Amino acid sequence: MDIKYYIFLSIALFVIGIVGVLTRRNAIIIFMCIELMLNSVNLLLVAFSKMHHLANAATSATAGSEGQLFVFFIMVVAAAEVSVGLAIIVMLFRNTHSVDVNFLNRLKH
Amino acid sequence: MGITQILFWALAAIALFSALMVITSKNPVYSVLWLIVTFFTISGHYLLLNAQFLAIVNIIVYAGAIMVLFLFVIMLMNLSKDTEPQKNKWLKLAGAVAGGCLLLVLVAALRNTETRMTELGSGNIGLIQNLGNVLFKEYVVPFEIASILFLSAMVGAVVIGKREKKRVEDEIADAEVVKTEFHQNEPSAFLNR
Repeated sequence: MDIKYYIFLSIALFVIGIVGVLTRRNAIIIFMCIELMLNSVNLLLVAFSKMHHLANAATSATAGSEGQLFVFFIMVVAAAEVSVGLAIIVMLFRNTHSVDVNFLNRLKH
Repeated sequence: MGITQILFWALAAIALFSALMVITSKNPVYSVLWLIVTFFTISGHYLLLNAQFLAIVNIIVYAGAIMVLFLFVIMLMNLSKDTEPQKNKWLKLAGAVAGGCLLLVLVAALRNTETRMTELGSGNIGLIQNLGNVLFKEYVVPFEIASILFLSAMVGAVVIGKREKKRVEDEIADAEVVKTEFHQNEPSAFLNR
């Protein structure tokens, strides 16, 4: 499979995530769109790692495995991020009884 | 067109459709469910690329743990279509146009990239044996640092999510007021207020 199609698929998923962040006001949906963007980048990293492996398999048997490990670490960091982020959203909801991000501008007062 | 190509296009179509449904669904619960569908299609892409370890980890961590956490929070807050904050129509349009411009620019910039193939369904770097060897030989230190990150995230989530003592007392006092009102008034009148 041509790497181009993977690039375009990842770009499309990433842009959908960005549009979601820009157009929605629900904090949880914004957070989910960030997860979507992380996943599109993960997909592209895996595709690139397989491309690298195909090109360099003759010189090194483990060529490209770093890319997949990087994806693994991104997932680890995303899991930690989600736990803290959802705790913040729960606290926001407890204080304002809404998940509308526009209420966050009260932070400046 | 072989079976892997057909699978690639089908998975790509489902992924894009469900990603669009994530951002267009009015009900947050539906958004979470569509996002789970997206993660499953991305896992399918990993399987096509023979990255089996990542496919399983993606399902377990994302579709299993993270999305259940999202669903729990949404149901805990009792969010639904009615409580969904509405954004200005023009702001939505502006967001869509900005995203479309970004898509256009990125695709135009990468349209003429050199043709390089990825291998589908072959190669064994994505198997758990090879990844485990590399992970525990060359990347042990980041792996251990990740455990510290998890510990700090856990402590942070507990500290942030903990109720302040005063607030808890206030809420208990509120509940007492509601309870006495409930006993004093007719229950039907209480429910209708």
